[in-house]
Amino acid sequence: MTDTILESKPDLLVDYDRAEQGDLDTEELLINMGPQHPATHGVLRVVLRVDGEMVLEAVPHIGYLHRCAEKIGESLEPYQYIPYTDRLDYVSAMNQNHAFALAIERLCGIEVPGRASLIRVIFLELNRIASHLVTVGAYGLDMGAFTPFLYVFREREMILDLFEATCGARLTYSYITPGGVREDLADGFVDSCREFLDYFEPKIDDYNDLLSFNQIFVKRTGKVGVIPARDAIAYGLTGPCLRASGVRWDVRRAIPYEGYERFDFDIPIGLPGGTGNIPPGVVVGDSWCRYYVRVLEMRQSVRIIRQALDMLADTTPGEIMAKKVKNLKLPAGCEVYLETDNPRGSMGFYVQGDGTTVPSRVKARGPSFSNLCITTHVCRNVLIADIPAIVGSIDMVMGEVDR
Amino acid sequence: MTPEEISNLLRRTFGDAIEEVVLAGAHPYVVVQADRWPEVAQFLRRDRRLKFNLLRCISSLDLLPDDKLAAVYDLCAVPEATDDKPLVCPHEFAVRVVTNRGNPHIPSVADVWETANWHEREAYDLMGIVFDNHPDLRRILCPDDWQGHPLRKDYVFPKEYHGIPGTTEHELPSPRH
Amino acid sequence: MSWIDNRIEDGVIITSLDWAINWARTSSLWPVTFGLACCAIEMMATGASRFDIDRFGAGAFRPTPRQADLMIVAGTVTYKMASRLKRLYNQMPDPKYVMAMGACTVGGGPYFKHGYHVVKGVDLVVPVDVYIPGCPPRPESLLEGLMRLQDKIRHQTRAKDKVALANRDKLAPLTV
Ligand code: SF4
Repeated sequence: MTDTILESKPDLLVDYDRAEQGDLDTEELLINMGPQHPATHGVLRVVLRVDGEMVLEAVPHIGYLHRCAEKIGESLEPYQYIPYTDRLDYVSAMNQNHAFALAIERLCGIEVPGRASLIRVIFLELNRIASHLVTVGAYGLDMGAFTPFLYVFREREMILDLFEATCGARLTYSYITPGGVREDLADGFVDSCREFLDYFEPKIDDYNDLLSFNQIFVKRTGKVGVIPARDAIAYGLTGPCLRASGVRWDVRRAIPYEGYERFDFDIPIGLPGGTGNIPPGVVVGDSWCRYYVRVLEMRQSVRIIRQALDMLADTTPGEIMAKKVKNLKLPAGCEVYLETDNPRGSMGFYVQGDGTTVPSRVKARGPSFSNLCITTHVCRNVLIADIPAIVGSIDMVMGEVDR
Repeated sequence: MTPEEISNLLRRTFGDAIEEVVLAGAHPYVVVQADRWPEVAQFLRRDRRLKFNLLRCISSLDLLPDDKLAAVYDLCAVPEATDDKPLVCPHEFAVRVVTNRGNPHIPSVADVWETANWHEREAYDLMGIVFDNHPDLRRILCPDDWQGHPLRKDYVFPKEYHGIPGTTEHELPSPRH
Repeated sequence: MSWIDNRIEDGVIITSLDWAINWARTSSLWPVTFGLACCAIEMMATGASRFDIDRFGAGAFRPTPRQADLMIVAGTVTYKMASRLKRLYNQMPDPKYVMAMGACTVGGGPYFKHGYHVVKGVDLVVPVDVYIPGCPPRPESLLEGLMRLQDKIRHQTRAKDKVALANRDKLAPLTV
């Protein structure tokens, strides 16, 4: 870590070294960042122990959005719980619905019809794009770039329009339920979706021009908060954060679900070789990589959606719900733990049945919860201005950190 | 390795420490004696054949009828990359550690998997399981002065907290609703 | 033709003091950046390109409460957060307005029954001017709520308002 800073900010570190040897009088200071802070993405609070500009220790405090999701899970039937899963990670609600629905299906042995499965994949990947767009925009905002934020929200609204046409909501969809999906695709969905994809794909280059390869942005995020692969795994990081450290781990491929093995897509990792235009000054596992992996993932999602749209032609409209999913009894003594790959990492649900219609335990493993616990480890001996860069690149949604 | 092979391996290595093996169903697991758990955890993490380097989740359970609490550790192995192909999970497995309800203690495994630090704090906060030798066992989600452990089945909802009235569903005269 | 016409010099505008102050206040409501949960994403969407809250003069999101006069409480307020919310509210300079955005802040919303850690309505902590129902409210509803608030401000008067003064002392106590 220290070497990294030495390279990127030599003057500061020299000062700091002298201070350590007692040449300069310095005093440690506790700074409280959050829970209301524009760069902490929600209600995260980080207590920083600083010496001048240097952060010696950063301790995150969470729980400001603890909404009792697990207690609610053991009080309601799975159907009633689906809306609450929306509100775990509200930026990618489809993926949350799906993670829980999949766990219930595995528990009760429900087969999902082929069309429903394809519709799910389409919506999951669309939501992944929408979620990464928010991340890209908000991260730009953290780093002082306002324009990309307006651009990405323009595209995101188009995805929300697609969602709205089919399931009627902009943010909290409750669309994917155990057994299938709630409604069939809206009229003309396939065409408008294709139209959107054609429009969207070139836009990714715009984001790259505006933000990804912007000198200032690269300088602020490159070599900042480097997480080696070994640490990333030990701290339970998943999703883009883990992949940025160079580990090609994606639950969609590692433990396939929802027929993802049918699709042809790549898993981008930190510092992709061969793509050429990687700016100088970034290393594997730094904040820039965590950001850029998301940009690359959007392209892969587009690829998956195109394939799924093609496959949709062979299915019968209307076959969207498995039979016999009313009054679902969860078998007694049975339990399941299942992970799916969400935009932020592996979302896991542990569900235990007790013979009634209400599960006896629902545990949600929020990917951001695990991703965030590395903060103290990486935010050591960095500058105060690097804290938003690191925390923002981890990209947590407090809803599923605190649950 | 299949769950069966893993449980056999654990049985052979640790004998009595493995109290029960449950392989039926979608979630195979073994029950490990609480005081031998750190040893088993080290083995799961370091053994060449297993290499469970990713602790995915710790789910705390309230087994009220048996008067027990339990923690379920879900593990999986992330293999080392040898080429550019996506990694495939070689095996996943789960371990359950049971403790009594009156005085729940489970040894911490935060030194085996760093991520256990926060997951154990969460289990302590919401279920009240005390993890011995944990580096920093504090409440994590609820405020420090919160009363009780919400995920226990016999938890009573607070009627007020620092002057703010609580839920009205539980025999509280409604302030407004 | 009334008695006042043609009596004032050219180049002078007359208005009532109330009207002028209210006009200034309605057209530059600066909200504090205070996103709590899901509703905050809709608040961000309202601030972004399609809905553009700037059209109503309320787009200058301030990072600090000391520069803001509107607090949009967008999301679930929990017990742990309540004292921070109260503190932020106290830091805002007068005149200050609060909008409760979303079912959670209106009355606990989906967490009313089983949410042991959720405050059942933000009006138990700070006084609220406008309630916006919805889970989450669409950006259009937020804009509508903003216009209702502007209506409210437009009808304020500088004269002594005994009711408002009396109510202000009766805020929900918070002993944190
Ligand atoms: S009202 Fe609904 S959308 Fe808004 S914060 Fe509450 S749960 Fe989330």
